[in-house]
Amino acid sequence: MAIEVRIPTILRSYTGGAKVVEGSGETLADLLTDLDSRHGGLKGRLVTETGALHRFVNVYVNDEDVRFLGALDAKLSDGDSITILPAVAGGAFGFAAAAAIASHAASVAVAGSAGR
Amino acid sequence: MARYDSLLDACGGTPLIGLPRLSPTVPDGAPPVRLWAKLEDRNPTGSIKDRTAMFMVRAAEAAGRLRPGDTILEPTSGNTGISLAMVAKLRGYRLVCVMPENVSAERVQLLRMYGAEIIFSPAAGGSNQAVAVAKQIAAEHPDWVMLFQYGNEANARAHYETTGPELLRDLPTITHFVAGLGTTGTLMGTGRYLREKVEAIQIVAAEPRYGELVYGLRNIDEGYVPELYDATVLSRRFSVGTRDAVLRTRQLVEVEGIFAGFSTGAILHAALAVAHEAVRDGRRADVAFVVCDGGWKYLSTGAYGGTLADAEEALEGQLWA
Repeated sequence: MAIEVRIPTILRSYTGGAKVVEGSGETLADLLTDLDSRHGGLKGRLVTETGALHRFVNVYVNDEDVRFLGALDAKLSDGDSITILPAVAGGAFGFAAAAAIASHAASVAVAGSAGR
Repeated sequence: MARYDSLLDACGGTPLIGLPRLSPTVPDGAPPVRLWAKLEDRNPTGSIKDRTAMFMVRAAEAAGRLRPGDTILEPTSGNTGISLAMVAKLRGYRLVCVMPENVSAERVQLLRMYGAEIIFSPAAGGSNQAVAVAKQIAAEHPDWVMLFQYGNEANARAHYETTGPELLRDLPTITHFVAGLGTTGTLMGTGRYLREKVEAIQIVAAEPRYGELVYGLRNIDEGYVPELYDATVLSRRFSVGTRDAVLRTRQLVEVEGIFAGFSTGAILHAALAVAHEAVRDGRRADVAFVVCDGGWKYLSTGAYGGTLADAEEALEGQLWA
């Protein structure tokens, strides 16, 4: 059973630079374990120590977010296509800049109120 | 009633249009499956963000955060900036937009026309640099007000109080609501409202999947999920690639005469997916989806003509939604 998995740029150090790798498994958790046997360390970047999908990782099965299909327990079938992406949808710029300014503004506000 | 005291009063109340040609055909005797387009390009500056901008500014005024003559700072890649520029002009504020270099020329011209000042940051590939630019500006001007649409509850509330009730009024038989996932404000606000009123409503997110350049973060831990996002509001979430978004955008204007931007194409792709599932399962469906804006601002990308491969290439590295 072969399932195609698309790897984002930032995780290709674990796949020897490969954009697409193949694996197998009844569930997403099984698939990630299978991939980790050949691409050591990959699973650790996607799954937290408590056994949940990393907050800033999105995994899609045939273009649908796996969190709405059972997350790591989602059932997979032969021929499925998996895409792994970092969570930056909506544009890296807007999110990153907005978050940076907001955290900066919060720290300024805290510093300001502490000074009064 | 089509008379308003000012442009701001004409925000919202957009038409919901049936799509008889794009809706899937069902077998004889099977329940109907219909697609409906909520034309948000009919807002004052031509996008759904007018609702967001107006609610965020009013909330800041009510909270005493904004006073006449104040400066609003907004990092934006487009529509929110244009909407805020219009609202700021009419309410007496100055608007400074920080935006990446790789947005379309029309957006820059529109922003300047509405009176916004623009500070460019390096293109999305160098997001670390963009963040540095934004941080520096905020540090130099601590008195500038940032409305922060990704975490501003007034963004979601705009849709809870307007978009949601409008949809239910115009389509009481609604079964699915499909919208784009950016700040998540549209889906959170409209989704919460419809979940309270409509049993078994499906709230479906369509998320743009950009070219690799846009995801060029150094590390997974540098990712970002908007503060507004609450996954329990959604039923499903689809990732839609550039090619499918372009294909559906073209189909929408060719088949139904609605000329929209590419984010709408991504949303239509997800709407068609759930509509076809309903046909397969023999279930009745009234699928309403959002037309975020018109296509005018994206003509210079060249992605409305030529082959799909050409269009995909033209949009590579661009924030098309």
